[in-house]
Amino acid sequence: MENNIFELQYAMDTFYFLVCGALVMWMAAGFAMLEAGMVRSKNTAEILTKNVALFAISCTMYMIVGYSIMYGDELTLFLSGIGLDGAASADALTATVLKESAEAGFDGDAVYSDASDFFFQVVFVATAMSIVSGAVAERMKLWAFLLFAVVMTGFIYPMEGSWTWNSQSVFGLFELNYSDYAGSGIVHMAGAAAALAGVLLLGPRKGKYSSDGRVNAIPGANLPLATLGTFILWMGWFGFNGGSTLKLGGISVANEVANVFLNTNAAAAGGLIAALVIARIMFGKADLTMALNGALAGLVAITAEPADPTPLQATIIGAIGGAIVVFSIVTLDKLKIDDPVGAISVHGVVGLFGVLVVPYTDADATIGGQIVGAATIFFWVFITSLIAWFVIKMIMGIRVSEEEEYEGVDIGECGLEAYPEFTGAKGSGL
Amino acid sequence: MKMVMAIIKPFKLDDVREGLSEIGVQGITVTEVKGFGRQKGHTELYRGAEYVVDFLPKVKIEAVVDDGLVDQVIEAISKAANTGKIGDGKIFVTTVEQAVRIRTGETGADAL
Repeated sequence: MENNIFELQYAMDTFYFLVCGALVMWMAAGFAMLEAGMVRSKNTAEILTKNVALFAISCTMYMIVGYSIMYGDELTLFLSGIGLDGAASADALTATVLKESAEAGFDGDAVYSDASDFFFQVVFVATAMSIVSGAVAERMKLWAFLLFAVVMTGFIYPMEGSWTWNSQSVFGLFELNYSDYAGSGIVHMAGAAAALAGVLLLGPRKGKYSSDGRVNAIPGANLPLATLGTFILWMGWFGFNGGSTLKLGGISVANEVANVFLNTNAAAAGGLIAALVIARIMFGKADLTMALNGALAGLVAITAEPADPTPLQATIIGAIGGAIVVFSIVTLDKLKIDDPVGAISVHGVVGLFGVLVVPYTDADATIGGQIVGAATIFFWVFITSLIAWFVIKMIMGIRVSEEEEYEGVDIGECGLEAYPEFTGAKGSGL
Repeated sequence: MKMVMAIIKPFKLDDVREGLSEIGVQGITVTEVKGFGRQKGHTELYRGAEYVVDFLPKVKIEAVVDDGLVDQVIEAISKAANTGKIGDGKIFVTTVEQAVRIRTGETGADAL
């Protein structure tokens, strides 16, 4: 009888992982739509190409070596042995799972399929990489970006992931005492750090900053898409944070999952309201794009600890994230750091805030441990990314020509346009 | 024959069209145009950064009418397109030498 329950628990926790993984996978669509909406129409097809390609590269690189670097006991290639959790046969797998389940007990750590763990982890890698594409949009070479995606998802991200979620010591030097539930720092700030390194080497879009110091707006072409993308991300985040509970079977843990869903939603709402109101006060108009960034900022802020806060605390943490993001976007513009979609502000600045606010609701975390952890992640990702971007720049260049940037990277990089009825091709009626 | 050309606010087009129909104008030509006047466009904010709208969208109406109708046309447009606010537009009148209806070959006032 007990074994039957353990079998059910294994099935339920594995299934929960897979469903949450599928939700997070859908966030790739959210990023694609958000970014496609926030760039100009002449750069739409190229940003979409980057988004679908980076997802595929993330999945492939993490399969080849990334997952093993992050979670493996020793370095293996191609997820060797994952089909049966490393067991010799299906019967042996069943026996091992039942033994592990009995040791863990009903209230212990989840026992689930390794393949489901890989599936859940791999979509996080893609999320981190998606953050980069928005910040470098409209001027970076497609293939330079994809080359960076190989390095980021196959090496840079798995290394810092192994120090944090897998509790490995940092190059054998020190161990982190760092708490990050679903990855405000590990995923979001890491993506933003890589993006910042790229943007610093890349420079701003032509025309963004005048020589007299003025900041010029370059409005996005399709705000319905940006709004759809934000809602998709909001939905996918339930898998992102909810799945990070790593288990569903059991009363207390199922209750924790429900609280994570509740708090994740509350923080997004708080972030959106805060950003909308602050933008209205600062700019005199209700800037939709700021409101969208505010919702995402609320989500990033709560991601480091979505289980412990009360609903009110979650709303306030989200609202502070939404407030920070408005000021951060304006400040980065003053520093001439051109980020078309606000990715560095949403995921980096607010990600850091999310990490640092954990001790406020989680008594087990310390502010010192959070600072050291965040600094380790940031400097590792930033410096290795800077090196990677620099090497790519030396080899093939990272920026398109001025003429290509003016005409749009859709034609230059992809040879097609997102909205071809305006190009006057034969048969188009123009 | 005179051509009355008016630059108006786009949202006033329906009112102007109605006003002109009422006084017996047989046809007008409408073009979507952009331009600036004394205000020289205006500025908007996007994500906290300013962007200048140098040219504002307007609608250009052209109507060729008999000399006797000109004053009424001007009055109808002025009345219909007036909001009292900056940017209501302008009306220009020029002389038209000839008009031809392509289908029938009629010329002059008969062609209007």
